[in-house]
Amino acid sequence: MDRRGFLKNLCAASVSATVLPAVAEAQDSPVETEFKSVLVDTTRCIGCRNCEVACATENGLPIPESTSDEVFAEVRDTTTDQWTVVNRYDTDEGEVFVKKQCMHCNQAACSTACLTQAMYKTHEGPVIWREDKCMGCRFCMVSCPFVIPRFEYESANPKIQKCILCNERIADGGKPACVEACPVDALQFGPRREMERVAQNRLVDYPNRYYDHTYGQHEVGGTGWLYLAAVPFDQIGFRTDLGHESVPALTQNFLYSVPVVFLLWPAFLNGMRYTKSNEDAMQIDSDITPGEDS
Amino acid sequence: MNQTQATVSPNIGSLRDFVRFLVSEMKPKGKLLTPFNMISVPIILVGLVLIVIRFIYGIGAITNLDQETPWGLWIGFDVVCGVAFAGGAYVLTFIVYIMGRHRYHTIVRAVVLNGFLAYMFYAGALMLDLGRPWKIINPIIGNNFGVSSVLFLVAWHFMLYMAAEFIEFSPAIAEWLGMKRLRKFVGGLTIASVIFGITLSTLHQSGLGALFLMAKSKIHPLWYTEFIPVLFFISSIFSGLSMVIIEGSISHKVFASRLGRGQHASHDNILIGLGKICAGAMFVYAFLKVLVVIHGQQWSLLFTGWGAWYLVETVGFVLVPLFLFFRAVREENVKLVKVAAAMTLVGILLNRLNISVIAFNWFATDPYIPHWAELWVTVTVVLLELWALRWVIHRMPVVSDPPAWAASMDDH
Repeated sequence: MDRRGFLKNLCAASVSATVLPAVAEAQDSPVETEFKSVLVDTTRCIGCRNCEVACATENGLPIPESTSDEVFAEVRDTTTDQWTVVNRYDTDEGEVFVKKQCMHCNQAACSTACLTQAMYKTHEGPVIWREDKCMGCRFCMVSCPFVIPRFEYESANPKIQKCILCNERIADGGKPACVEACPVDALQFGPRREMERVAQNRLVDYPNRYYDHTYGQHEVGGTGWLYLAAVPFDQIGFRTDLGHESVPALTQNFLYSVPVVFLLWPAFLNGMRYTKSNEDAMQIDSDITPGEDS
Repeated sequence: MNQTQATVSPNIGSLRDFVRFLVSEMKPKGKLLTPFNMISVPIILVGLVLIVIRFIYGIGAITNLDQETPWGLWIGFDVVCGVAFAGGAYVLTFIVYIMGRHRYHTIVRAVVLNGFLAYMFYAGALMLDLGRPWKIINPIIGNNFGVSSVLFLVAWHFMLYMAAEFIEFSPAIAEWLGMKRLRKFVGGLTIASVIFGITLSTLHQSGLGALFLMAKSKIHPLWYTEFIPVLFFISSIFSGLSMVIIEGSISHKVFASRLGRGQHASHDNILIGLGKICAGAMFVYAFLKVLVVIHGQQWSLLFTGWGAWYLVETVGFVLVPLFLFFRAVREENVKLVKVAAAMTLVGILLNRLNISVIAFNWFATDPYIPHWAELWVTVTVVLLELWALRWVIHRMPVVSDPPAWAASMDDH
């Protein structure tokens, strides 16, 4: 073994031993990783808000007070220090509790928007934020169709805050904290295709219980969180006009045209200039213009 | 050479001479207590205090930005409008160096300088808006390239274009310093940097529009179209030239004592010519705007409140100045060209602000209204740019004639 090879192995060994054991294994035996997903069955949710508490505990955020129902008086939004909230909606079918957090889109607009790959869609499915890369431009916030990334406007060293689907727990083979805390199985965690199937089965098996749609199955090209509900989704705070096309697809045409312009424009401009200056040379006597004496 | 002074080249033999020359040039020229100075200095000082507050207490301390409105006046005006207004440089270099219309040559330097300073200050104001500006190095070096991001493209093109404009302007710097060999060298780079600059401008002017393509669910349908990048590009042509018309007219008065020969006589002619190009580009733009509305079947939206606002922008500040440009060119009416140009700039301001701020989150119950400090800082940035502009014009051969030794160096 030469010195270079030795160093390479040494580095690989130390990296894989310290931070990336899962990746190192995956390289040895290439197993196709599948996006993980959470299925939310709002017909099961009782509004206990254990998920809010579990989320805060897991991520070191201030623990929300969860004994009183007064918070349901108005629809709340996630904040920089509360990554998930449960809201109550009064609908045709009575009260519906809906958990809100990052949807972890299959083709995440925020991660496509990010020019430093600080917003990053991992192979397991979570969209995470990496502090050492982010420059705070907030293009992720502009692009997110669900208005999820939160920016610390009051800080001199601001961070982007949002649900990261308990990335580290998932990498270790665990479940997100909120899923584990749910006492009524309103939240269910697993590979996305499996969760889609579970949702579909429920819609087929209990047509009277559900509005016939899995929110997130196709919205913006598919999201990591899937929702079932008894009522149409626009009644419980979801936008139903987002379409099935992924958000990054909206800039694809523009980005494809960039290299074409970048290569053709200079050639075209140079050609124009060349033609023009030849023309000028031929009629130089009849067309001397003022202001150009050279 | 009539009574106006051409730049007198210094004699720089050593680094010491160079430093001494720079120091002497740092000193103000002319009166200190002018109205402009007396107004701008206090504004700038307060603005600098506001900027310090922003860096100590965070962006929220002096802005009204929130989680739904992450981009406000600083992006919408300073960057998005500022870059459109600065489009004159690439259009004019195209006209002069590619199309060979040499009668516009006399204003090229002033326009390129304006463009360069606009990019430096307005795009530089972006640093105030970045939450973590010390990380700005990440998209430039290292392994953090978000190559699928339109913003990545725009950031790189900003940077490269500023370099191209600097090279285009550098002959004036060399003449100022009296460096003949440097002047010859950078003069030879002009054509290449012009071609590079036009290419970069095409892409980042349209790229600025493409930034908003992913915000489809947030921008009012009258303004959202997949043609935003094309519209941004076309409108940058006439917005840049309108700025040249207005700026040129003002600086002709302000810097009258610096004007070289040929600057006085041809200026009206130049303005009419530029007005003609504006009219052409605006016609294409207006036509495309109509096509977009027809294509999107958005007739009914025109009869809402937002529709009325849309018509203010497109009829009041696109069609009307378009008509005025046509008329002014036919009648060779310089005054009317200036009126049309001013209206065009208002139209561009409305259009860029509509897409990036006003019609963004149009359904919001409490819409974003800029904090006074956001406006103040913006004014500060503009004034700082004017100070830099004045400093350069009073020292380098921008509107004044280049030194005699440099005049013979350009070969066309």
